[in-house]
Amino acid sequence: MTETIAYNALQVLFVLAVAPLYAGLLSRLSEIVQSKRGPSVLQPYWDLWKLFHKDEVVSEESTWIFRATPWLVFVTPVFVTTLIPVLTDYPLAFAFMGDMLAGGFFLGLAGFFAALAAVDTGNPYGPMGASRTRMVGFLAEPVFMIVFFTVSFVAQSTIPYIVQQKWVASAAAFFSPAHILLLIAFLMLILAEGGRIPVDNPSGHFELAMIDESKGLEYSGRGAALMKWGGQMKFLVLTCIFLNVLVAPWGLAGGRAIGEVLIAAPFILLKVLLFAVVLVAIETSLAKLRLFRITEFLGAAFITSVAAMVTSIFPGAQ
Amino acid sequence: MPASIADALNTLSAGLILISAFAMVATRQVQGVLRFFVVQSLLLAASSFILGYGHNSVHLWALGVITIAAKVVTIPWVLRRLLPTDFYERREIAQAVNIPASLLLALLLTVVAEFIAGPLVAGAHDSVIGVNLPIGLACVLIGAYSLVARREAIPQLIGILAMENGAFFAGIAIAPELPLIAELAVAVDVILIAVIVGLLTRNIQERLGTTEAAALRELKEEPAEWL
Repeated sequence: MTETIAYNALQVLFVLAVAPLYAGLLSRLSEIVQSKRGPSVLQPYWDLWKLFHKDEVVSEESTWIFRATPWLVFVTPVFVTTLIPVLTDYPLAFAFMGDMLAGGFFLGLAGFFAALAAVDTGNPYGPMGASRTRMVGFLAEPVFMIVFFTVSFVAQSTIPYIVQQKWVASAAAFFSPAHILLLIAFLMLILAEGGRIPVDNPSGHFELAMIDESKGLEYSGRGAALMKWGGQMKFLVLTCIFLNVLVAPWGLAGGRAIGEVLIAAPFILLKVLLFAVVLVAIETSLAKLRLFRITEFLGAAFITSVAAMVTSIFPGAQ
Repeated sequence: MPASIADALNTLSAGLILISAFAMVATRQVQGVLRFFVVQSLLLAASSFILGYGHNSVHLWALGVITIAAKVVTIPWVLRRLLPTDFYERREIAQAVNIPASLLLALLLTVVAEFIAGPLVAGAHDSVIGVNLPIGLACVLIGAYSLVARREAIPQLIGILAMENGAFFAGIAIAPELPLIAELAVAVDVILIAVIVGLLTRNIQERLGTTEAAALRELKEEPAEWL
């Protein structure tokens, strides 16, 4: 028991430590693709360090929501990390505390408070970004639901650890149309939720075009650092769910020895690196969608996920 | 490669074929529709190679080769030669039904296909039929739908060809020993359809400057010197 709690803590530490690296990797890779040199992979760490040592300015007009939000945004991905397989393929101490829907609720809670905090200060760009994020959010919600329901229908469980073992069990399940359709729907969902290119431009600095970024415009110092780090962790957690639960549940530690768990870390990093390359390929080959085209993008994701459900429910498919 | 892995790979291509059918409905650009059609045909060929390996059937191998020759190489080449490049860069703005609604309808057609195929599959002796029949049927229905909803001539033609792809995909699972002559006849037929529709579209384009089906309402009584 104590050892599984320790491994759970280790997973959280892993996500905390690797999330900025992942963000740095993504920006560096996309700069390289555009034949620029780009900032160092470690730049997000220096950014966080700098922000933590700066003074924080909070508007007098703002309420407790504005001050509490960075902590919520920072803490919720940590909670989700305790529920999902990051390094091990057997359930850890807190795995049965909540299922995938609980993970969705946690991330949704952070998003809700971030939107409230953006409205809180009265900055004109904040509410605009918040309402746009909500728009993307409520379009993404049905896709999330259908993906989760299909996954739990196929695997007969909503616990990520058990779902992940389902796909490895047989090649027939892994290659089934339902699985492939789910993968594509979830990938589109990650692009939308993570604010990546066909939906939102993560490196844009033009407030009118921002969707996800403008929520954090009012934060400075420690608040900004927490928001940033929390956002990076959320994206890493989503990637881990995608890779470890749905796409490639290999390379995770199977044994209970500490050595095996530590050796799993580089494998996970390698998978994340490969996924980053795929992501950069998607981002550089697509243009950002116009705001009202996002409906179509997420509509397509919804259709794909429902098609996955349909092909898995009807008797002929299995 | 044991038969179970062959079946698994066939299932994979089935999923991708369904996705490419959806993608053809969702794409506005004529060029994009053509590309997805080529991808779908490649997947169909891959599936028939895989099943040919699994069932030790030479017919399916031959069918795969015919599919690549006809649908991956010849038809795109013919269509590209017949019409100017700016035609393929064109976006089809005015569809009869907008794209999200089209996708929902395509989804509904998939449900219908699964619903119809369910009882048929229940009595089947081979698990491959359970994968190929519903998805092939869904492709046929989606192709027929895009024939109705599209307004440009070439996407309509590709709708017909996609229907044919779906029928083949269901067919290779149900009747792997279909005589080769039937497959050959169909392949030649398909190329002929592509040539005829392509030529017709080219002439309509030259005469009227548009190939939008919605714009072609009036019958013109002029001597047909271009024939």
